[in-house]
Amino acid sequence: MSVSKDEYKKMTDKASPPSPVVKNCLFAFFVGGFICMLGQVIFDLLTMYGISDDNSRALVGMVLIVLTAILTGIGVFDKIAKYAGAGTMVPITGFANSVASPAMEYSSEGRILGTAANMFKIAGPVIVYGCSSAVLYGAIIYIFGLY
Amino acid sequence: MGLDLLKAFVVGGIICVIGQLLIDLTKLTPGKVLTMFVVIGVLLGAVGVYEPLVEFAGSGATVPLTGFGYALAKGVREAIQEEGAMGIIKGALTASSAGITTAVVCGLILSVVAKPKEK
Repeated sequence: MSVSKDEYKKMTDKASPPSPVVKNCLFAFFVGGFICMLGQVIFDLLTMYGISDDNSRALVGMVLIVLTAILTGIGVFDKIAKYAGAGTMVPITGFANSVASPAMEYSSEGRILGTAANMFKIAGPVIVYGCSSAVLYGAIIYIFGLY
Repeated sequence: MGLDLLKAFVVGGIICVIGQLLIDLTKLTPGKVLTMFVVIGVLLGAVGVYEPLVEFAGSGATVPLTGFGYALAKGVREAIQEEGAMGIIKGALTASSAGITTAVVCGLILSVVAKPKEK
């Protein structure tokens, strides 16, 4: 039997497993959602004990950062991140891991030029562009009196 | 409380899916996506659309890195309200000090107590 290119494509699409993009997105959704939900549980508990919203938000970040550092240290974070992709990378856990992981991996190259210098490989750009865009925003609202 | 958790889960999950799509469908590396997310957060915080999302989804909006960007923009605005022009410079790092300092100190402790994995 002869098949055209289009028909062949339809047949292979039918036979092949669902695209990795769909699978990756499902993992990202459930793991990322779970981390944010965990953050909300911590936030609700802290505000219940009378801590201000702003401080509770900062504390949620701190707790997730410490948890990430511990999971990175015992080698569990990488195993979760392999499947979760953006699910662990996009939340603050990804920022924490991007600091903790090179800090640990490069310790053999010394505490200063190994650990400390490599900590900021990803966190550095994030802080540079985050702060710079915030300064630009601040300058604009200050000049035009929009604050 | 239950609804709070569901909203945080769904909104946080969706933001992560957007990140996953950017990684899978474009040639952007994870480092670039993280940087983009923070800048987008500053932008959305600046134009005032992120605040309602934070009110709706709580940690679902503040835990992803776009929330970090939002916190930078909010910090700058509040610092300017308090002390004028100096706030333009002081606001961003003041708002993010807890997160950055915690991450750095944890990293340093980890480099002392944890052994690098075999490669």
